[in-house]
Amino acid sequence: MLFKLEPRGGISARMVYLTPLLAVGFTLVVGAALFAALGYDPIHTLKVFFIHPVNSVQGLAELGVKATPLILIGLGLAVGFRANVWNIGAEGQLTLGAIAGGGVALYFYDSNSPLLLPAMMVAGVLGGMAWAAIPAFLKTRFNTNEILTSLMLTYVALLLLAMLVNGPWRDPDGYNFPESRIFSEAATLPIILEGTRLHLGAAIALLVAVILWFLFSRTLFGFQVRVIGQAPAAAGYAGFSQKKMVWISLLLAGGLAGLAGLVEVAGPIGQLLPRISPGYGFTAIIVAFLGRLHPVGVVLAGLLMALSYLGGESAQIELGLPVAMTGVFQGMLLFFLLASDVLVTYRLRLLPGLKRRAGGV
Amino acid sequence: MNIMSRLKKVSLAAACAAMLGMGTVAQAAEPTKVGFVYVGPIGDHGWTYRHDIGRLAIDKAFGDQVKTTFVESVSEGADAERVIRQLASSGHNLIFTTSFGYMNPTIKVAKQFADVKFEHATGYKRAKNVSTYMARFYEGRYVAGLVAGKMTKSNTIGYIGSFPIPEVVRGINAFTLALRKVNPDATVKVVWVNSWYDPGKEGDAAKTLIDQGADVILQHTDSPAPLQVAEKRGVYGVGQASDMAKFAPKAQLTAIIDNWDGYYVQRTKDVIEGTWESKDTWGGFDSGMVEMAPFNEVIPADTIASAKAAIEAIKSGELKPFTGPIKDQSGKVVVAEGVSMPDSDLLKMNWYVEGVEDKLPK
Repeated sequence: MLFKLEPRGGISARMVYLTPLLAVGFTLVVGAALFAALGYDPIHTLKVFFIHPVNSVQGLAELGVKATPLILIGLGLAVGFRANVWNIGAEGQLTLGAIAGGGVALYFYDSNSPLLLPAMMVAGVLGGMAWAAIPAFLKTRFNTNEILTSLMLTYVALLLLAMLVNGPWRDPDGYNFPESRIFSEAATLPIILEGTRLHLGAAIALLVAVILWFLFSRTLFGFQVRVIGQAPAAAGYAGFSQKKMVWISLLLAGGLAGLAGLVEVAGPIGQLLPRISPGYGFTAIIVAFLGRLHPVGVVLAGLLMALSYLGGESAQIELGLPVAMTGVFQGMLLFFLLASDVLVTYRLRLLPGLKRRAGGV
Repeated sequence: MNIMSRLKKVSLAAACAAMLGMGTVAQAAEPTKVGFVYVGPIGDHGWTYRHDIGRLAIDKAFGDQVKTTFVESVSEGADAERVIRQLASSGHNLIFTTSFGYMNPTIKVAKQFADVKFEHATGYKRAKNVSTYMARFYEGRYVAGLVAGKMTKSNTIGYIGSFPIPEVVRGINAFTLALRKVNPDATVKVVWVNSWYDPGKEGDAAKTLIDQGADVILQHTDSPAPLQVAEKRGVYGVGQASDMAKFAPKAQLTAIIDNWDGYYVQRTKDVIEGTWESKDTWGGFDSGMVEMAPFNEVIPADTIASAKAAIEAIKSGELKPFTGPIKDQSGKVVVAEGVSMPDSDLLKMNWYVEGVEDKLPK
């Protein structure tokens, strides 16, 4: 028996927004079946996974803390992905943002100035932009593949951070352990919900989402991005510059990733460590696609992804479920999303005319 | 101690007295809950695996009296604080945080949960309800040095380092001191992989070191990859954290094993009995926290005998690995003959002894 994928005539606009929900639904159903197969009560386990982490103010605040970097990075990446600029190096740009912003905090360690935090943020954004400017330059000047250059620069960034916290920025009272000093009060993001870890960065992420939504749907810039992504040739005739778009996409994504890095070190971490992100720059790629490359979608996807981490932890603590379940969940989510994407764009046709050839298929 | 916890103790005592008075125990007491935060997956070898063996020892020792919980693969950044807090707020009485990067988060959460006891491995910050514990693995590395010095033919030893922190530098130095005691011509080459667990990088580092002439590979990283490379290339290696002989039966000379069982059971007992106090523990061979895996048959009997004698001497306190004369890389005597370095100096060690061919990343 043979199947053939045939392009559907048009893509249903409703389905484009429904598929992420469908994917979530499928993930829940298959997840429940998996729990049952492992010998856990499926309904209770789903509750522990998706409800328990957020049934308290503390839990909701933690969800915000975890989602903040994912949303910030995802928002920036989504712009580039729409314009067919494939920045895979957000993790490195995040790291440079943390280095630049954290460096300001360490350099002005004794400062109590209210300008310190804004200065750190600017430095964080610029740090991320500078790192993203390298693949942008290479792409526009030498037509280098930005997937490779941005990805490889991630490892350079991590080594740079390791060098700094092992050397000049090491805590002088820290027994030579590779960590910086803990930032001063003035260099730490204010908490916006008393008694929790929810910090100003979460509010900034939402603000950025609103701004980007406006840019996308209400300005010529947003239109250009869409045209360049969907029809590069048409964009060329219309006089939209592809090179300019490469620069803008990478700088925007780099700046936001840098901001995410700064928000992490000036927020929940409070110092520079050899490794400040457990791979947010990569997870945010999933967030961007899960959110349909739309600012509002990215916010929701970031929250969902964050919830899957928190749920994995509470399932471990309350039920002794292995940590691998978190990865399985995230994998299923992406798989179902991509699968429904394919089926929205293409239809599956059985080919009865083709009889089984001798020797099989 | 605050008034609330005092009141709790008093009422607990009263309740106990009442139960004894009645002569029957109506219901089994709530089990003591012990939580663990792991930096990696449990797996079947290495650092986290050995901590989990310690957790299972608690289960075995106390049965239904204690319930243990663990969270694996918790990264050392912003996530750690959330996980530790979740354990503390879900009724755990004792929480072991088993990686250095959990130090500041542990201290932060401990401030908010005065009644919960915390145990942080390998750190240096303590509080009223936060203890620290650590093992003198360098004692094991010293013994490994005695063996490696006799087994090397090229007089070049390869050493795979994780991060250049005092713990790892101390291991390199203790190893090198013993190595050159039995073989003054031998030297140590170091490759840093900037990771505790990265089979790819560790394997590459082992290949590089072997290509540079090393015929014994030491590792302060967790994967069996260096040993597997050694096995393939026909050289020797020394296992890390757990006995890795199953990965490299011919290559593994011995392994330096972490054993937390005794400590974990004792601290749990302390919490149950209400005698837990904040303290710093740094145990070596004598405490059982450090063990050597069985010595490989290829090692000559007299070398094994002298290694075993060294273990006994370290246990009894007769032999201290960091006893002068110790020269630094420039050949200058930094610890005079007969003087043993105090723990305070060992804890912040950031220089190499003579015989290490590497420049410490600074």
